[in-house]
Amino acid sequence: MTVLSGTGLTRLYGDPCGDCESLTGDDAGRNRCPACGTIVACADVSLDIERGEVLGVVGESGSGKSSLAELLALERGEGHSRGSVRFDGYEGNLLESDYDTRTRLRNDDLALVHQHIRDGLTLSFSGGGNVAEKPLAAGERSFEAVRERVRSLFEQLEVPVDRMDDPAETYSGGMQRRVQLARALVTDPAVVVLDEPTTGLDVSVQARVLDTFRRVQRERGVAAVVVSHDLGVVRLLADRTLVMRHGRVVERGLTDRILEDPHHAYTQQLINSTL
Amino acid sequence: MILTVDTLTKRFEMHVLDGATVVGLDGVSVNVRDGEFLAVVGPSGSGKSSLLKCLYQTYEVSSGSIRYHPADVDLATCDDRTIMRLRGSEIGYTSQFLDEIPRVSAVDVVARPLVESGMPAESARERARDLLSELGLPGPLFEAYPATFSGGERQRVNLAQALAPRPRLLLLDEPTSALDPETRRLAVDLIRADLGPETTVVGVFHNHEMVEALADRVLVLGDGRRRDLLPVAEFEGVVA
Repeated sequence: MTVLSGTGLTRLYGDPCGDCESLTGDDAGRNRCPACGTIVACADVSLDIERGEVLGVVGESGSGKSSLAELLALERGEGHSRGSVRFDGYEGNLLESDYDTRTRLRNDDLALVHQHIRDGLTLSFSGGGNVAEKPLAAGERSFEAVRERVRSLFEQLEVPVDRMDDPAETYSGGMQRRVQLARALVTDPAVVVLDEPTTGLDVSVQARVLDTFRRVQRERGVAAVVVSHDLGVVRLLADRTLVMRHGRVVERGLTDRILEDPHHAYTQQLINSTL
Repeated sequence: MILTVDTLTKRFEMHVLDGATVVGLDGVSVNVRDGEFLAVVGPSGSGKSSLLKCLYQTYEVSSGSIRYHPADVDLATCDDRTIMRLRGSEIGYTSQFLDEIPRVSAVDVVARPLVESGMPAESARERARDLLSELGLPGPLFEAYPATFSGGERQRVNLAQALAPRPRLLLLDEPTSALDPETRRLAVDLIRADLGPETTVVGVFHNHEMVEALADRVLVLGDGRRRDLLPVAEFEGVVA
C-alpha cells in the first residue's frame, strides 16, 4: 500500500522566466536556466513509496536530491515549489496544506533526519532529552512512559543507555547520529527521510550505523527515503533507487539492477567512479 | 514446469565505449522443471552469470520472456515490486562472493534472511549453526566476523546463507569455486540432504564433480547461446 507519493515535484530558485525547465535538465546538461539564471533544483519528479519500503536517491552534489528530500519531508525551503505530495491518511496535496496539518504530519507520521547533526539535535541538551522532546511536543503526557520509550530505542539503536542524561555534545559522531535516528523513530512514523546519513562519520562507523538503521527499519516496518551521493549507502539500504542529475531523474529501478546493469551514461560513469 | 525461458537476449550498451554493444545472452530458450537441479556450464564469458542475473532481474532483459509459473508472471516485464516480493518469499540468489556486513557474525549473516522473513531469532540462529557445521566451518568462527575469514570460509558462510531459507527457486552462481575438494563434498552432501523436491535449483558450476553429483540436467552455453541441454548421464566433459 502506498504511504507517500510525489507527483511532478519541482523546485526553482530565482525569478523563473517560463522556459527554465525546457532549457535545463539532463539533455541540456545544466540546471541553471541560460535565459534568466534561475536554478532548477529539481523538476517533474514523481515517485511513490509503499509501507516498509526503502527508496534510495543518488546523484552528485547539485543534482537536486536534497531539494527533493525537502519537498517530500514538507520542509519549507526558499524558492518556488510545485507538484503534489500525498500521504496515507491525509487529505489533498500536502505542499498546499496548512501549518497545523504539516505540524501534525511531521510530529506523528513523517520524520526528516538532517544531513548535519547540528540541524537535527540541540547538542547542549541531553541525548535522551533530544529524543523525548518530540513525543512530549506531540502531546504525550506521561514523562515516565516517554523515558521508557527513549530507553528502549537507545537499546535498539545501540546508544549506551547510561549516557542518555549526558549532553549530546559529549557524544561521538556515531552516537549523535544514532540519537538523531532515535529522535526520528520515537513517534513511530510511517516514513523517515534520511539526507546523507553518513555525513561526518568515520568509514568504520558508517556501515555499523547504517546496518543498525536497516535492522530497526525492518523490525518496525517503517518506510524510508535515503538520499546519498554514496552508492554504498543505497546498496546497503535501498530496495529501489532513483538516479538524479541536473535536477531530473535519469534512471530508476531495483537497486542491484542500477548498480550492476546501469543503462544511463551518467549512472555508468557514477558506478565506474566508485572506489 | 517452474520456468519457461523464451529467446532470452541481454545486450549491454557501454557508454564509455561510445555506445558499443556487448551481447551477454543471445536468444536462449530453456524450460526448467519443478524440483529439478539444472546445472549451467560453459566457458568464461559464455553467458552463465548473465542468465542467472536475468532470472533474478539484477539484469534487465533486452528481449524475450521468463515465465515464472508459480506466480504466473513474466519476470522480464513485471514491475519492481513484484520482483521484490518474490525475492522476499521464494526466489533466492547467491554469487560466489559473500556480501557481508561489517561486524555482523557468521551466524547472524546466515540467520538474517530467515529473521527478515519472520522466523524467530533463536530458531534462525539454530538453523544457521546447523548449516555452518554441516559445511565444516570451525565452531569458534561462528560468532566471528567473516571479514577476516579465508576465501573458503567466507564461501561456506555464503552458501549457508543461500540455503537457509529453502526458497522455491534457488539461483546459485559458482557457490563452491573457492572450496577445497573435501569441503566441496560436504557442500554436495548438504545440498542433497537439505534441499527437498520443493526447491528448484539453477546453478552455475565450473567443477565437473559438482555437476555430476548434483545436477539432473545440464544446460551448455557458448557465446551467449544455448549449445546443448541434456540429462546429466549424457554429459561428459563438454565444459572447458
